[in-house]
Amino acid sequence: MYLQTRRNGDILEAELAGSWRGAELPAIDAEIAALSFDGAGTLRITVPDSVELDLAGAWRLREWLKEAQAAGVDSEFAGEEPGQLALINATLEGKVHAEPASSSEPSFQPVSLLGRQVTRRWASFKLGLEFLGHTTMTWLRSATSWRRMRPTSITRHLYDTGLTAIPIVSLIAFLITVIIGYIAAQYMREYGAEIYVVDLITISVLRELAVLLTAIIVAGRSGSAFAAEIGAMKLNEEVDALHAIGVDPHEVLVLPRVIGLVIALPLLTVAADIVGMTGGALLCYVLLDMPLVLFLERAQDAIASTTFWVGIMKAPVFAALIALTGTYRGLQVRDSSRELGRLTTTAVVQSIFLVLLADALFAVAFWLLDI
Amino acid sequence: MTDALVEVRGLVNRFGAQTVHDGLDMTVERGEVFGIVGGSGSGKSVLLRSILGLQRPQGGEVRLLGRSLGQMGNAELRQIKSTYGVTFQQGALFTSLTVLQNVQLPMLEHLSLDPRALEELALLKVRLVGLPDEAAHKYPAQLSGGMIKRAALARALSLDPALLMLDEPTAGLDPISAAAFDELLMDLRQQLGLTVIMITHDLDTIFRTCNRVGVIIDRKMTSDTLEGITANPHPWIQAYFHGERALRFGQERQGAPDGA
Repeated sequence: MYLQTRRNGDILEAELAGSWRGAELPAIDAEIAALSFDGAGTLRITVPDSVELDLAGAWRLREWLKEAQAAGVDSEFAGEEPGQLALINATLEGKVHAEPASSSEPSFQPVSLLGRQVTRRWASFKLGLEFLGHTTMTWLRSATSWRRMRPTSITRHLYDTGLTAIPIVSLIAFLITVIIGYIAAQYMREYGAEIYVVDLITISVLRELAVLLTAIIVAGRSGSAFAAEIGAMKLNEEVDALHAIGVDPHEVLVLPRVIGLVIALPLLTVAADIVGMTGGALLCYVLLDMPLVLFLERAQDAIASTTFWVGIMKAPVFAALIALTGTYRGLQVRDSSRELGRLTTTAVVQSIFLVLLADALFAVAFWLLDI
Repeated sequence: MTDALVEVRGLVNRFGAQTVHDGLDMTVERGEVFGIVGGSGSGKSVLLRSILGLQRPQGGEVRLLGRSLGQMGNAELRQIKSTYGVTFQQGALFTSLTVLQNVQLPMLEHLSLDPRALEELALLKVRLVGLPDEAAHKYPAQLSGGMIKRAALARALSLDPALLMLDEPTAGLDPISAAAFDELLMDLRQQLGLTVIMITHDLDTIFRTCNRVGVIIDRKMTSDTLEGITANPHPWIQAYFHGERALRFGQERQGAPDGA
């Protein structure tokens, strides 16, 4: 019960009851809707002291008074008008709602949109080049002193990006190799060519799969970590503090991560190579009854001396791409946590894209060089 | 040539269509406690960032110790940064390092100290700002607001700078902590001969510590001694310094010489 009403001739007397607060608004709405002024000329409202009235309740009361006025009914208070009403009147009276900042772009202008996109991409391409240049200069400068290379930092990143990644990289290398080997085995069996499953597994693992899968996992794992860590530091003004102390963030934040990853990724790739081929051997043994000795013999014939190097050579390149993208995006973070999320995502997606692009270019290069 | 530590001439800062500073001038002499005051959004932090070189202005010049910021090479910039200490509004402590390690970072960068000197000098700074020894090994996430401000000050004092630049050092502190911070600042200033530039809203702090005040109005700065500024007829300045809250402090300061 929020309202107790009584008709007294021409006057509709209403007494507020219960609690008129935000949580009760729907119920209060229902009760008021069920009322009708019924031709009364005056509405007299009493607000007893026992009624709890907050601003939401007072606002609802005000709205009801406005309804009454619209229906041609005068309203008055028996006793004091609640202070909240005066506050709301004073605050809401005469104030124009501020228009939200509207986008200055008209609805659909494909040409100017295209132009804007092009200039934006060009500007961000230049920023990327600037970052690359700054990092390279910082590296050359710091290469003069062992301490400036921050060995402690590099070690920490080696641990975070390399050592702790071994389980997941091994697992995925194992599983993917087994899956591919399984599919290949099924088909090659029909032609009695099971032995060539060994070729397929070893060559594809060493040349492509191990390094590519490892790079993609590391891009997701470490690319995002770099962007998020550095981004959080930017949001907390820690990067500004480094500048103010005279420390180059590129030297302290970017370079150790790049160097750490460039060392870690090839090592992870070797681990992936080993685990992948072990998985392949296991598959051949279980599915094709191929003894390990036969697997190894066939592998020896299939693999050329360049097979391993072709794969591992890509690892430092991928590592540099991932680390530079991650740290670059991290340094771009400003203003809000939403930016942090957006740029972390961008870091991962772009790293993976660049890795695949680089892989394609390598493939073309190797094909032309006949390796 | 006056003994000006910091000189700003004709500073122009623009963000897109919005002009924050339009020909702003500021001079801070050695030994002063200079308060920077202005309404919200008047560009106080932007001014500080321009002096620190974190913000590239669209026009004007910033000179530190007589040398123009825009003309300094990398080595000189690095050297100049060791002559001043900065605190940021939220503390900006390195969250992955302890308080002691935070204080040691500038030392590690600019000096070659043996481990014992490193430890003791850093501990000295921690104690100097009134933090207990246990706080030295805590991480910023474990500190209260007041302790974070003190730790930030300890880091700013790490290299015994001649100049301190503080961005709202007492913001968010309870009155007792704020008063304690002011006292600490004045103590240190006397003992270490510091020059201080301080952005602040806190009237208490201004009246207790500053001897010159610069007010950012209409994208420029009007600066004067504390007495001069409080007597300035500009309506905003009058409202700021002679509003309800200010009256009490104005009375307290009757007869107090300068901000020392």
